[in-house]
Amino acid sequence: MSEIIAALVATVREASAKQCDIGAVTACADGGWNAELWTALEQIGVTMLSVPEEHGGAGGDVAAAVAVLEVLGEYSAGVPLAETALLAGWLIAGCGATVPSGPMTAAVASPELRTRQEDTGLSVRGTVARVPWARYAHHVAVLDNGRVILLGRSDFLLEQGTNLAGEPRDDLAINAIVPASRVHEPSADSAISVQAFYGRAALARAALMAGAARRALELAVAYAGEREQFGRPIAKFQAVQQHLAAMAGEVLLSKMAVEAAALALDTQGDADVAVAAAKLVAGQMAGVVASLAHQIHGAIGFTEEHPLRHSTTRLWAWRDESGNEDEWSGVLGQRVVSEGTGGLWSLLTGAR
Amino acid sequence: MDLWSLEPVALPAELDVLRRDVRAFLAKELSSGRIAANCDQWLGGWDHAFSLRLGERGWIGMAFPAQYGGSAAGALARFVVTEELLAAGAPVAAHWIADRQSGPGLLKFGTEEQKRAFLPRIARGECFFAAGMSEPDTGSDLASVRTRGRQVNGGWRLTGTKVWVSGAHRAHAMIALARTEPRTANRHAGLTQFIIELPDPDVHIRPIRLLTGEHHFNEVVLDEVFVPNARVLGEPGSGWHQVTSELAMERSGPERILSTFPLLAVAADHLAENGERSSASRVGAVVGRLWALRQLSLAVAGRLEAGAAPAVEAAAVKDLGTRFESVVIDTVRLLSQVVPDLGSNRPLPRMLAESILHSPGFTLRGGTNEILRGVVAKELGVR
Repeated sequence: MSEIIAALVATVREASAKQCDIGAVTACADGGWNAELWTALEQIGVTMLSVPEEHGGAGGDVAAAVAVLEVLGEYSAGVPLAETALLAGWLIAGCGATVPSGPMTAAVASPELRTRQEDTGLSVRGTVARVPWARYAHHVAVLDNGRVILLGRSDFLLEQGTNLAGEPRDDLAINAIVPASRVHEPSADSAISVQAFYGRAALARAALMAGAARRALELAVAYAGEREQFGRPIAKFQAVQQHLAAMAGEVLLSKMAVEAAALALDTQGDADVAVAAAKLVAGQMAGVVASLAHQIHGAIGFTEEHPLRHSTTRLWAWRDESGNEDEWSGVLGQRVVSEGTGGLWSLLTGAR
Repeated sequence: MDLWSLEPVALPAELDVLRRDVRAFLAKELSSGRIAANCDQWLGGWDHAFSLRLGERGWIGMAFPAQYGGSAAGALARFVVTEELLAAGAPVAAHWIADRQSGPGLLKFGTEEQKRAFLPRIARGECFFAAGMSEPDTGSDLASVRTRGRQVNGGWRLTGTKVWVSGAHRAHAMIALARTEPRTANRHAGLTQFIIELPDPDVHIRPIRLLTGEHHFNEVVLDEVFVPNARVLGEPGSGWHQVTSELAMERSGPERILSTFPLLAVAADHLAENGERSSASRVGAVVGRLWALRQLSLAVAGRLEAGAAPAVEAAAVKDLGTRFESVVIDTVRLLSQVVPDLGSNRPLPRMLAESILHSPGFTLRGGTNEILRGVVAKELGVR
């Protein structure tokens, strides 16, 4: 990590520690968001990380954005940074347009979304389900048949929903005429595709998961050191030590997979295998880490008052968002098939 | 330097050339029938002629400086060569210990005379080493070794028994860990490493056969073996420090992930030829995890390249990687529904059989997984 990114991450960590105390996180646990943290992140200048500066972004690469997301995941931070920077910002900048300010989110249009060109603009009707953070977003970027439609708050009716962690996942009923100024075509050199969108969403989710898992591990280590049974801290029992070490291994593997995938996305033409592997491994890790963290905490970790739930409910929610283990395994398996006989090792090493 | 500051490594483009060279060489070796692909070949695949051919190409002892017959190519170049060899299922056991740990140990702790005596021969694939660590009463608790070194005129006399010594019956030397001072409260003190050149009339080597009947392991009885002062490795009394400094290299490499890769490759080929969607996803799950494990192993190689000794990270790699090696077996077993058969002339049943029968060793050799998790737990501050 470059010194600049390291400094940026340290600043984000400081802001998150300040704005994500247990009260703030709990206040977000039923569809809320952390507006104070968002403002702080805007001031630090990371909400448009990896979006090129000439399109109104903050510059930087995906690796930097992923490093910031790991910290936000660790603090259970209720902010749509992944959606704003890595998805909506990427879509808009990829069309050569300038990104608007404020929090954003993004989605891929469902097949039943109907569009028709009219004199005043593009008529858009239909629904998009479970859009992250939509109720707080100033704009929603919708990827529809290769073009990017930028919706404002008045372009849809919103039905609120949440994921297992209480993060907003809202259904949008769109009925709008969107002026041409908010309908964008990708630039000739852009990498925008549905597949690329899902990959970036999955990578962002995996980065948040690595952070959340790190926190679950920290909480478990701390609790095992405090909780005494049979006259000594339970951390002195080998069974507990082995659980903690197993968690650490899983977290380390996920973290490395996410960071290596970000590096691949920044530097290589084909990062599909990397991204699929990162989300797959994050999904495998989530189940192990969440269940061991709860096992070590005993019943107290299973209560509303205990902070562990903020990390574990996120792990459970996020492993099924942007593709679960089976979906990404399927993608990887298809790559193995299409690679043909003798192709597996080249696929793994990225070298032919 | 903590566990969480490990960073991913993008292999430099110039190593692609090296990788292509190794691949082309291996393709020729395999197609000509000079070697055959098998699983777990870093234990089981002893082929002196093949090691010589690798030595000719400069692919053994790559980390040694040029004056000792190496190319000072570094940890990442060595990573590329070793992973290509393992993935191809090539027979690398003969030079494995010398290349991975004895050579680097000699380089770090050896005298100038020792380096000149052994390193160029190791690099040429002419000199193989064995590691004499475990004993009948000493496994995970290595500091409890009972082999004793007694100082005599001009050197030392070693007496004791080493077990699980891979390849001792064919190696040219064994590095043995022995107690040279009485045990004190500091049980890590007073241990010394010795280079015992083989064969030696006072070294009695007997096979300890694997459950398949294969002979790789040995019991090595040292009966008042004379070791001259010139064959003491490093400082007398510093054996523990020297042995543990090898652990990062010994535990983090691609061999802790890829022992069953040739089996997975065969299964993937079957899938590519006539796979269904459901089986594709099960292979995909293993492939994705392998991709991630390789990145982790590579990140540790990056730390080695930078001169660090990332022992805790290495322990984590080995714990995750060796458990994964058995996951590969179960995935292929359940998918292929082939009956494992060592005598089969088809690769899938044969590799499945050899993988299953070798699998108990994966999570034992080089430190049991329970010990490795203990190392990680210590880093977490709970031990």
